[in-house]
Amino acid sequence: MADSLTTPAAAIRPPRGKVVTVRSSSPFRWVLRLIVIAYLVFLVIWPVTLVAKATFSRGLAPVLDALQQPDVIFAFKLTLSVAFWAVLINTAFGIVISLLLVRYTFPGRRALSAMIDVPLSVSPIVVGLALLLVYSGRTGWIGGALESAGLQVIYAPPGMIMATAFVSLPLVIRELVPVLTEIGTDAEQAARSLGASPLQAFLSITLPAIKWALLYGVVLSLARSLGEFGAVKIVSGGVAMRTQTATLLVEERYQQFGPENTITAYTAALILALIAVLALVVVTSLRPKENSQ
Amino acid sequence: MTSSAVTPLIERPDDAPPPSPGGRRRRRRATDLTPVAGLGLGITMLWFSLLVLIPLLAVLVQASEGGWQAYWEALTSPQTAAALRLTVSQALLVTLVNIVMGTAIAWVLVRDRFWGKQFLEVVIDIPFALPTIVAGLVLLSLYGPSSPLGVDWANTRVAVFLAFLFVTLPFVVRTVQPVLIELEPEVEEAAASLGASRLTTFRTIILPALAPAITSGAALSFARGISEYGSLVLLSGNLPYSTEVASVRILSYVEGDKLTEAAAVASILLVVALVVIVVLDIISRRVARHG
Amino acid sequence: MSIKITGVGKRFGDFVALSDIDLDIPTGQLTALLGPSGGGKSTLLRIIAGLELSDTGTVEIEGTDATDLPAQKRNVGFVFQHYAAFRHMNVAANVGYGLKIRKRPKREIAAKVDELLALVHLSQFADRLPSQLSGGQRQRMALARALAIEPKVLLLDEPFGALDAKVRKELRAWLRRLHDEVHVTTVFVTHDQEEALEVADQIVVINDGSIEQIGSPDELYDTPASEFVMSFLGPVTLLDGRLVRPHDIEVVAVQFPDSYAGRIVQSSRVGFEVRLEVALVDAPDAAPVLITLTRAEATAKRLEDGAPVWIKPVEGASQIAVPSGHTMSEVEPVSGLAG
Repeated sequence: MADSLTTPAAAIRPPRGKVVTVRSSSPFRWVLRLIVIAYLVFLVIWPVTLVAKATFSRGLAPVLDALQQPDVIFAFKLTLSVAFWAVLINTAFGIVISLLLVRYTFPGRRALSAMIDVPLSVSPIVVGLALLLVYSGRTGWIGGALESAGLQVIYAPPGMIMATAFVSLPLVIRELVPVLTEIGTDAEQAARSLGASPLQAFLSITLPAIKWALLYGVVLSLARSLGEFGAVKIVSGGVAMRTQTATLLVEERYQQFGPENTITAYTAALILALIAVLALVVVTSLRPKENSQ
Repeated sequence: MTSSAVTPLIERPDDAPPPSPGGRRRRRRATDLTPVAGLGLGITMLWFSLLVLIPLLAVLVQASEGGWQAYWEALTSPQTAAALRLTVSQALLVTLVNIVMGTAIAWVLVRDRFWGKQFLEVVIDIPFALPTIVAGLVLLSLYGPSSPLGVDWANTRVAVFLAFLFVTLPFVVRTVQPVLIELEPEVEEAAASLGASRLTTFRTIILPALAPAITSGAALSFARGISEYGSLVLLSGNLPYSTEVASVRILSYVEGDKLTEAAAVASILLVVALVVIVVLDIISRRVARHG
Repeated sequence: MSIKITGVGKRFGDFVALSDIDLDIPTGQLTALLGPSGGGKSTLLRIIAGLELSDTGTVEIEGTDATDLPAQKRNVGFVFQHYAAFRHMNVAANVGYGLKIRKRPKREIAAKVDELLALVHLSQFADRLPSQLSGGQRQRMALARALAIEPKVLLLDEPFGALDAKVRKELRAWLRRLHDEVHVTTVFVTHDQEEALEVADQIVVINDGSIEQIGSPDELYDTPASEFVMSFLGPVTLLDGRLVRPHDIEVVAVQFPDSYAGRIVQSSRVGFEVRLEVALVDAPDAAPVLITLTRAEATAKRLEDGAPVWIKPVEGASQIAVPSGHTMSEVEPVSGLAG
């Protein structure tokens, strides 16, 4: 766990540090630059701008209509609410797990650290299936018991929150662990020696020191949670106005005939895309603050 | 309270481990769990088990429900076997492309300087932040029926390739970038002073230094590729035997209430994910050792 | 002449690193480029190596015009301050790298590597990785690596700067012995005047992009050409408008024509040396003159705080007139008396 170079979370974000440029300019340099730019244009930049164009291909009015549909409004509200709870849970547990992994030693610590990364490599469909097998009211291991106790997990928001929490679980932790490792315990110990309780030391010393890393992880987590599709599809049933999130709405509308439906799909997709890009921009501007801490 | 054989010199705090009968006591270290930490660990382990461990275990258990015979049959049934072949082959192909392009992109981002480079940094991360269903729409707009390029690759294998390529874009780039940044320029100058051309320096000095990072990125890219679902829904049409991938097979089984078969295919994806984790762990350990 | 540098100039943006350098480096000798940080010596070394290209002027190596040749073709060995070890190769592979890319047969490479590892006393580390070596060992490996290609010229850029003092002193002496054995034309850059004085056959003092003086260590120390060279190479003190070495001033019993009256204001003993600060009677506001002498001498002359004395420069001592207006602090040696 010593380095974060090869963990998935590090694969998410641009690294820190000085950029080394080579002095001479050669044809090779130009060719490489061109190839890379062309690759990115054809794979990402052009397609994304086309979605924006397609959304407004019939003008502004259909877009505004789409935004006012009750299903659409509900879907986004549901998405936001599910994402909110998932991120909250992941942040709370993320802080606890990060502290445990960095500050303490206990049997199974290394295994736990490795397992934390699992959600990033597992297919969302597998996640959905896994939760279904355990929490389904009909056939699940403990789902039946839960349902008779009144708690429906699958085909209801709790299951959706769990699925979303699953897929974005490592994100906060992988941001906090390096920072916690780096800042060490000196300041906290000083605070304790001055009479602060562990909770006070945490709130007044640790939390401020990790706040940018924490914010970074939360924003990443939020972006991931808002965009979850496959896992939520299995555990939610995708019933409009009940358990249909924004991503499920995009799928449904696109597959229905009619230009209004297509525009609605594109509108919802564009909003999701804008939120994602906004999150990226926020996160990119947070990095220098994180570095200077 | 204590046996006469072991008389502590100082009052033991209540939460210290009691001495063993032989009289040897384990010294408390600063990083041992305090009661509060122990409780925290217990609660988080409980939640982690309920959310991750037990469900994933359930997949493996369900997969073995019908014994080896049923397991093997589920995997080798024609449609499923085709889906698995497609998934693995396309993921491998995409990983190879990523190894080359990812390294090239990282190189340009680190070593080159031009207006707009910061913009490209954000672009690299878009596939990671974008919801997969939206990624499908995005690719559809350039490579589908209404493509300005005049191609229509929707519902073809190329669509699968493109979808995988899109979602795995950041992985090799982001693992290679930090290593490239850390490379000392003096090492390349040393190679030059010893007579190595730029190409030889790249081949013998830079590439070996990047190898662990490239491998990690490739492993992540492969795992991500075979897991992909959302972008394929709209883009590939999920046509059996031609554009249907493993994750779509699983969903079909689930919708048909064939949970054991679903779990069988899922177990393959799960095993690959676990192998990737182990590989990454080994690599990071080796890198830490060799400095 | 092994290396002939003519009219070399280099600027980085607005900053002039080197201006119009003319320098001949004799074959088979150990030459030091000495000067303060940022003075241009590393830049000059890198231009000789081909790691930088000069803006003006020419570089000739062993009769061939190397000005436009890239580093790969110059056949110079270069040793860096931070070793620049190839981390993923073991010591033997590092040392043999230059020969390997020249496609020499394996047996030849192995023999050469063995020979060099024995020369630098690293034979038992052949299979280790650089990360498993100490700083001093890594630098020895770097040296062996540079020598493996049998370069015409060996260039070292502050080779001991990253090591601690004790290792630095050991390696310094070891470099001199190595040079005496191998006889490759060697140029090394340092800001440590003690190092240059101890090791080099010839010293080139470079400051602010120009050469201040070239000469043997004795020449530079005893007959410095300028204020800068004198202060940089050793301790100095100001006596009646002239820079003198503190150990070149003697305390005399009677007045001489060129002696000065003064009073000892402070004395301290450092090891076998005694340092006196003497305030001149004729210049009570000026900074006191610094004099160093041996303990034996100080005791014999019964020098104590407050005692009146006559001081005069020793016969033949080098003295450099300093324009009036200079204060003592402006002529403090850059590298410090402690060296």
